[in-house]
Amino acid sequence: MNIVVLVKQVPDSGAERTLRADDNTVDRAAADNVINEMDEYAIEEALQLQEAGGGEVTILTMGPERAAESIRKALSMGPDGAVHVTDEALAGSCALATSRVLAAALRELNPDLVLCGAESTDGRVQVMPHMLAERLGMAALTGARKLTVDGDTLTVERQTDEGYEVVTAATPAVVSVWDTINEPRYPSFKGIMAAKKKPVRTVSLADLGIPAEEVGAAGATSAVLEHRRRPARSAGVTVADSGDGGVRLVEYLATEKFV
Amino acid sequence: MAEVLVVVEANAAGVKKVTLELLTHARELGTPAAVVMGAPGAAAALTDKLAEYGAAKIYAAEHEDIDNHLVAPKVSVLAHLVARVQPAAVLVGATQEGKEIAGRLAVRLDNGLLTDAVAVAADGAATQVAFAGATIVTARVTRGLPLVALRPNSISPTPAPADAEVTPVAVELTDADRLARVSERVVEQKGSRPELTEASVVVSGGRGVGNAENFTMVEELADLLGGAVGASRAAVDSGFYPHQFQVGQTGKTVSPQLYVALGISGAIQHRAGMQTSKTIVAVNKDGEAPIFELADFGVVGDIFKVVPQAAEEIRKRK
Ligand SMILES: Cc1cc2nc3c(=O)[nH]c(=O)nc-3n(C[C@H](O)[C@H](O)[C@H](O)COP(=O)(O)OP(=O)(O)OC[C@H]3O[C@@H](n4cnc5c(N)ncnc54)[C@H](O)[C@@H]3O)c2cc1C
Ligand SMILES: Cc1cc2nc3c(=O)[nH]c(=O)nc-3n(C[C@H](O)[C@H](O)[C@H](O)COP(=O)(O)OP(=O)(O)OC[C@H]3O[C@@H](n4cnc5c(N)ncnc54)[C@H](O)[C@@H]3O)c2cc1C
Repeated sequence: MNIVVLVKQVPDSGAERTLRADDNTVDRAAADNVINEMDEYAIEEALQLQEAGGGEVTILTMGPERAAESIRKALSMGPDGAVHVTDEALAGSCALATSRVLAAALRELNPDLVLCGAESTDGRVQVMPHMLAERLGMAALTGARKLTVDGDTLTVERQTDEGYEVVTAATPAVVSVWDTINEPRYPSFKGIMAAKKKPVRTVSLADLGIPAEEVGAAGATSAVLEHRRRPARSAGVTVADSGDGGVRLVEYLATEKFV
Repeated sequence: MAEVLVVVEANAAGVKKVTLELLTHARELGTPAAVVMGAPGAAAALTDKLAEYGAAKIYAAEHEDIDNHLVAPKVSVLAHLVARVQPAAVLVGATQEGKEIAGRLAVRLDNGLLTDAVAVAADGAATQVAFAGATIVTARVTRGLPLVALRPNSISPTPAPADAEVTPVAVELTDADRLARVSERVVEQKGSRPELTEASVVVSGGRGVGNAENFTMVEELADLLGGAVGASRAAVDSGFYPHQFQVGQTGKTVSPQLYVALGISGAIQHRAGMQTSKTIVAVNKDGEAPIFELADFGVVGDIFKVVPQAAEEIRKRK
């Protein structure tokens, strides 16, 4: 089975993140950039399927030149190669445009299975798997906490608010994963060295046959009018417990009408 | 006034609170029209509640295959409705299903979408929160109609009784709508507590709770306050509490009136899921814990002393 794993480079969610004042896009220059955390679980899942059933694992990233670092990091976990869609014109792409570009790249790669994270930590839009499935005429099985492959049948177990559900589809399909699905491996020294030699194909919009003015900021289907920082929450009252902490807590809750 | 399509979410207990919020928002934009999509009979059970909250119309799309498959059939129904009704806007909840419907519908209609909005103005401009609630964005769909996913708990739903004329909608599905089949749905016991993302009070426990048994202390306080129970990732990863109750970056985003953090340090990824809560209260034995930076009221102390005492005090006052 040939698998493509979608990997997005995002600003580290453990640090301050901001939008730029000039064009309202994520300030990726200021941020520490990392692989979107959930995508590491998608890579791990792909590698486990490859270990069990063979086939190739290819990373697909759409992002600026700098995203190449994340691609190498992803490859050091074990995948065979990568495709990096990069083009100046892609900056500021909305989700709709992103899905159009990724779908075009996926059509060429023609995988049996597309694995991706359930959501990115920056946009958190949580729409990419379904957008891609819609464009490619495939099934989307989203939010997997467990994936089993039996021939060309995929079975996914996914959490719901009420419990969980089991969903099945035939390949080709898009499957998005939560961080409950596995424990991603750390790249070994050998893996890091090997990653340097793995093929990474750089693809432009022209290569995909997509007009530049239909994506990026120019072709965006939504626009940010303005943005501002939420005023920082100011710390309130903190008391040290000297035997009556619980009572004082309830007194506070009572003044706020919670009890 | 043009109709505003509201995608209804419901479970065994009836219409979900997020849908009532959407109806409340929708009134500002036009005439609320609720769209119920489910198995035969789905709409009848929900009509009264939807009417109470202002649905002037209810579109009832009922078909076995809607319930048995992931969102694609619902998207087909909505795409037809949008073409027929030419609504002023389409509103969904910023829930997993709501976002997935919006994503597919956006592709189907070649229409922009906005997610994680907390408000929509009469002209369709939406207020979104980004980066763990630290940044507030005003945005607008520039291609097509406003297709907006609104966060649960972004408004208090208010009743505004309306006629709720029920209009059946023919459901025409294609093979492509039936690719992802739900073969089993398992409801796990969760008792009478409110839904985490909808609760007006959330009491969460962290690594400081120590083990799974001790979580009964967190549950007890939640029950006394009529709230839901949440957990930090460290508590979930340690097996103290199930994953569906995780609050934060990779868990649920909650925005209750009151958030109580017990034995939680307040890491940035945890704050991502709760810092837009109206009032935040924390108990932690470490006075330097970052959670106190955002707490309206904090107690530096041992949760095993403070929480049982607080529970006792609430019982006394009842
Ligand atoms: C704060 C913020 C808010 C935004 N709000 C909106 C909005 O309301 N509407 C809108 O149209 N756009 C929005 N965007 C833009 C949107 O995030 C990007 O277009 C993005 O590339 C796609 O959305 P996502 O990453 O959130 O996707 P998700 O659907 O959350 O991502 C799921 C998975 O898709 C894969 N993936 C996503 N992007 C890429 C990529 N570039 N390369 C490879 N794999 C990828 C990853 O595996 C990821 O885990 C927003 C961006 C930010 C930073
Ligand atoms: C990409 C990414 C995503 C993440 N997503 C999430 C997420 O969704 N949700 C989330 O919560 N975290 C998330 N995290 C993890 C986050 O960084 C923290 O590790 C986590 O929130 C810590 O949980 P905690 O506060 O319970 O544990 P700790 O940080 O270990 O804090 C425990 C606290 O309990 C206190 N304590 C201990 N015993 C007692 C006692 N008897 N009485 C009172 N206080 C006591 C301690 O003083 C301490 O402050 C994510 C991390 C990453 C990298």
